[in-house]
Amino acid sequence: MVIIMYSKKVMENFKHPKNQGEIKDADGIGEVGNPVCGDIMRITIKVKDDKIEDIKFKTFGCAAAIATSSMITELAKGKTLDEAKNITRKDVSDSLDGLPPIKEHCSNLASEGLNKAIDDYLMKKKE
Amino acid sequence: MTDKNATPKIIYLDNSATTQVHPLVKDAIIPYLENLYGNPSSLHTKGQEAKRAIETARKQVATLIGATPNEITFTGSGTESNNLALKGIVSKNKNRGNHIITTKIEHKSILNSAKWLETEGFKVTYLNVDKNGTVDIEQLKKEIRPETILVSVMFANNEVGTIQPIKEIGEFLKDKDIYFHTDAVQAVGKIPINTEELNIDILTISSHKIHGPKGVGALYIRNGTKINPIIHGGGQEKELRSGTENVPGIVGLGKAAEIAKDTLESNIKHLNMLSKKLEKGIFKSIPELILNGHPENRIPGNVNISFKYVEGESVMLMLDCEGICVSTGSACTSKSLKPSYVLNAMGKEIVFMHGSIRFSIGTFNTEEEIDTVIKTLPTIIKNLRALSPIYNKN
Repeated sequence: MVIIMYSKKVMENFKHPKNQGEIKDADGIGEVGNPVCGDIMRITIKVKDDKIEDIKFKTFGCAAAIATSSMITELAKGKTLDEAKNITRKDVSDSLDGLPPIKEHCSNLASEGLNKAIDDYLMKKKE
Repeated sequence: MTDKNATPKIIYLDNSATTQVHPLVKDAIIPYLENLYGNPSSLHTKGQEAKRAIETARKQVATLIGATPNEITFTGSGTESNNLALKGIVSKNKNRGNHIITTKIEHKSILNSAKWLETEGFKVTYLNVDKNGTVDIEQLKKEIRPETILVSVMFANNEVGTIQPIKEIGEFLKDKDIYFHTDAVQAVGKIPINTEELNIDILTISSHKIHGPKGVGALYIRNGTKINPIIHGGGQEKELRSGTENVPGIVGLGKAAEIAKDTLESNIKHLNMLSKKLEKGIFKSIPELILNGHPENRIPGNVNISFKYVEGESVMLMLDCEGICVSTGSACTSKSLKPSYVLNAMGKEIVFMHGSIRFSIGTFNTEEEIDTVIKTLPTIIKNLRALSPIYNKN
């Protein structure tokens, strides 16, 4: 067992996550993680004029996975696609006042999920 | 019994991790932190006071498990007792063989001692368990070799509570030249144990699991057992465990053992009543879950449940926010980021492994507390499932 000390911000975002759920007719969907590692994240976005107009998430995982998902939706909402793509795992982690080292991969998962959703949208647009 | 000292509103259901020190144990310890500070090895009055206290504790611990006092060695923890049992037995008996049998679901202090012994040239067989977490005794019989010198099987598992066929194993080994050790840390005080009737040669006890203080354990070693110390020095505890005795701790363990013996029946009844209530209440109010461990043959007080579609750490922390302390076998709380090796050995589905929660009820828990848990839990599971991308019911 490891002692996990979460910041207040992580706990807030875990207890009261923002933008949870799924956009029904999403323009882009990004799903990352797998059941073996214990984290699965699905991010759905609605895009208008190259901006993320709406974003929602669903996450199976620990408190850090839920908090980072919530935070990335907050950071990405209203941003242009380029701006959103530039959100790093560090941005997510910093906005949560840091993550325990063993949980750093969760912030990676969140930014990966967002990137995947944006890529999915861009792919669909091309078609 | 009511709990006067705990912080109000906290519902502590993690008694397999540790327990609150019993008020009477605390009272017994205090004088040994004050006037009775002697070193038991000293021949003067102060020393002999302390020596007498240790011998009283030895009697109290022996009585709890049907042993004689000179068969009890005090150590620094359950972990140390397990280390002493494995390393002490094999180093003294290696001329007879180099093979040990244990199980895949032992506590880390057994598993990692066994792994270390492998690096020292010993051969170890790790027995499988079935889906309920019970060791296969037929496999044990098949794995016995002429070189087998020790069998170590835990009395009851710390995660899922499954009680092992200790009596059958003892019976099987009784006429063989093989020592039988059992880690009884989770079973002591919750199951009647008689080392004589069960043909156990060596048995591990931990103080803080039975409302005693932390930092003290005991090892029952049947008279005539050949064992080496692992800690060398001044020769305390009949040369088996050097170092000035932890007198207050030993006194506390003794008192805790005495209380455990005196209240064993009522405690078992109390724990069984509360755990049945909790299990029933949860199964009635929450769909899609499984009970981990043996459906019947578990230590009183253990209820380990996997909630499908949600992750254990999240459930644990949500409960903690409501003042309810439990533990989880989730990967997210382990260093390795791998889920519970116990549930893995039991062949549980991966989604269930991530969502396991262990409620371990103790002497001081009440029916009202269990009612609160039953009322609180469904909302937490419902909310986390609503958040889960693998839950498609809504």
